Amino acid sequence: MSQTYEKYFVPEPSRYPIFGSIALLLIASGAVMWLNKVGSGPWTLAIGFAVLVYMLFGWFGQVVRESEGGSYGKNVDASFRWSMGWFIFSEVMFFAAFFGVLFYVRVLGLPWLADADNSLLWPGFSAAWPSAGPVVEDPFTPMAAWGIPAINTLILLSSGATLTWAHWGMMKENRGQLKTGLFLTVLLGAIFLTLQVYEYMHAYHEMNLKLTSGIYGSTFFMLTGFHGLHVTIGAIMLTVMLFRVMAGHFTKEHHFAFEATAWYWHFVDVVWLMLFVVVYWL
Amino acid sequence: MAAVIPDHLHDHHHGPTGLMRWITTTNHKDIGTMYMIFSFIMFLSGGVMALTIRAELFQPGLQVVQPEFFNQLTSMHGLVMVFGAIMPAFVGFANWQIPLMIGASDMAFARMNNWSFWLLPPAALLLLGSFFVPGGAMAAGWTMYAPLSVQMGMGMDMAIFAVHIMGISSIMGAINIVVTVLNMRAPGMTMMKMPLFCWTWLITAYLLIAVMPVLAGAVTMVLTDRHFGTSFFNAAGGGDPVLYQHVFWFFGHPEVYIMILPAFGIISEIIPTFARKPLFGYASMVYATASIAILSFTVWAHHMFTTGMPAVGQLFFMYATMLIAVPTGVKVFNWVATMWRGSMTFETPMLWATGFIFVFTIGGFTGLICAIAPIDIQLQDTYYVVAHFHYVLVAGSLFALFAGAYYWLPKWTGHMADERLGKIHFWCSMVFFNITFFPMHFLGLAGMPRRIPDYALQFADFNALATIGAFGFGFSQLIFIVVVIKCVKGGEKAAARSWEGAQGLEWTVPSPAPHHTFEVPPVVK
Repeated sequence: MSQTYEKYFVPEPSRYPIFGSIALLLIASGAVMWLNKVGSGPWTLAIGFAVLVYMLFGWFGQVVRESEGGSYGKNVDASFRWSMGWFIFSEVMFFAAFFGVLFYVRVLGLPWLADADNSLLWPGFSAAWPSAGPVVEDPFTPMAAWGIPAINTLILLSSGATLTWAHWGMMKENRGQLKTGLFLTVLLGAIFLTLQVYEYMHAYHEMNLKLTSGIYGSTFFMLTGFHGLHVTIGAIMLTVMLFRVMAGHFTKEHHFAFEATAWYWHFVDVVWLMLFVVVYWL
Repeated sequence: MAAVIPDHLHDHHHGPTGLMRWITTTNHKDIGTMYMIFSFIMFLSGGVMALTIRAELFQPGLQVVQPEFFNQLTSMHGLVMVFGAIMPAFVGFANWQIPLMIGASDMAFARMNNWSFWLLPPAALLLLGSFFVPGGAMAAGWTMYAPLSVQMGMGMDMAIFAVHIMGISSIMGAINIVVTVLNMRAPGMTMMKMPLFCWTWLITAYLLIAVMPVLAGAVTMVLTDRHFGTSFFNAAGGGDPVLYQHVFWFFGHPEVYIMILPAFGIISEIIPTFARKPLFGYASMVYATASIAILSFTVWAHHMFTTGMPAVGQLFFMYATMLIAVPTGVKVFNWVATMWRGSMTFETPMLWATGFIFVFTIGGFTGLICAIAPIDIQLQDTYYVVAHFHYVLVAGSLFALFAGAYYWLPKWTGHMADERLGKIHFWCSMVFFNITFFPMHFLGLAGMPRRIPDYALQFADFNALATIGAFGFGFSQLIFIVVVIKCVKGGEKAAARSWEGAQGLEWTVPSPAPHHTFEVPPVVK
């Protein structure tokens, strides 16, 4: 806030937001139609995603051009920092809802289902975790912590380290280190996702553990599934950063897109650690 | 608009024209206007539903609608009013006023601001369109409680996706507001010099970012329980229907403060203006707002006293809820203390603001009564609760919105609003509001359940009275349309400082506010 005030960049009118709205309307309508088997749901959904991808490419592309063109000063940079922080906070609260559900079920819900009041309704039901509830139809094997999940923990933690190493490369203006670090991070993310897919297939085919396996299956697949979705998004962001680095974008002083991606990646990392402890281990 | 843009700014404005101007705009004033028009259309849609409900309840028996459709009406009336009318209206105020009040050239993220608005029409389309699909609209109550919501037809899926889209809109809008307030203030505009409206919106936006994702999680679990075989709310699979209520109200209670804190902000701007005195206890107002926001995370289960919660839980949520009366009392005290020995005049905005204090406080007190667990167990799901939350949502949030609209209309349009019509609008609203909702307290105390299209004969008189009041209230709102159209078209020219006692940066720019303001930030002493 000194005497030389820097004009805050306010973008020109843009047609991308309305494409985003049309995309979400198509996606929502398509999903409703598909789930209720009316009309051509899958097609509507697919068109919606296509419009969304067009919007994301166009909008982010414009932001990248504005950023590289020097439109964003210190104030805009500060706005980006605040907003990414608050966005990650909203994501934390999204996961908090599902972690809260797991806590409620294990600490309150199941013991209540098994208590004296309900013993007439479901005699012999005990609140041992993992549980598929009092009406077990299909026995399953719960997921063990010390196999693939433990390896995945190591992989994600290493990816956090390679990403930080890449950031050091950025700060030292060592583009080789930056590229190698980013590439390794994307690779580790891809290995993590591959192992998750393998684990899901194993669960479905050999362990009879499914989304429909009572409350254990519900919480297991929803928590790990939404985490996997976020790893996928993070990996896409990292890939975009890798392409931008290869295109010569970013300087030592000006690379918040990279930092924001790193924040996001560390956030999904921390979520995984909590998942590992409360979903797989305990 | 073009005529009022100062010459040196004229060359900046060369965007699309016509409809495309509104679809592509990145201007906070355009977007604010669209938010307000949208919210008023939704207010009228939700109002038509309310009047249909009241028509059915005019006398015992079933006359106007089928019970299934009645359930759809009560559910959609709630969703439309909360997410379509009240919340977007406040965001509209934030868009117009926050940059003007803190001396910023626009919102921090102007393009995202546009998207936040333009996500609302698709969501409204999904919500209102669900009336016309097989099975009709969602009819599980606006709270969408499981297991009812797990059993509904495709209208429920449309409501779920509408909630997702409105959630995205709210989170983006809230992040925009937080960043604008934290990062775009003019030199010298310290946090503790900010107009209280900016403070209340900052805290509201924080609440939105914290709880909208939780609502998204709740409805997502309903969706997977409905279609993908999960057991979150199914006891046979180890889940619990009450769990839905916990997750929903963890969102839902902060949500009610999301709908009232910006109202507090508007009232805190208007009362000092017409009392011609600075706001009494500015700092305590800020701390009270923050306290309400933080406490709002610890009271959710007071909506669930009859779910068989352990006594310890009931006691905790009862006392935590009553604690909120303290900061709220601080606010009411400060407004009254601001008026104390002021040179007061009662132009239309001040009438609404003073009226707000009276009726909102009644709603606050009935809230305290509902907070007492042993009493609430009697009152749960009766018309007493309906009376309570309409006193805080209509006489609270909506009256504050009208107060703010009359207060800032001169700044937005360049003309003073018609005082005579404005006063008629206020008095009709005030009288008919109380005719509608005051009898509902008695109905609830006598045991009339909410969300039921028929009732026992002894409730007939009060229900007939409430229906007469509701139609009076509904038609009174048409006066507002006349006032706004007259005000846009012409009327007494408004000065830059449209009200004698008005303080703040927004009154330093011409009326109507030019398309671009504060491109060079003002310096606040």
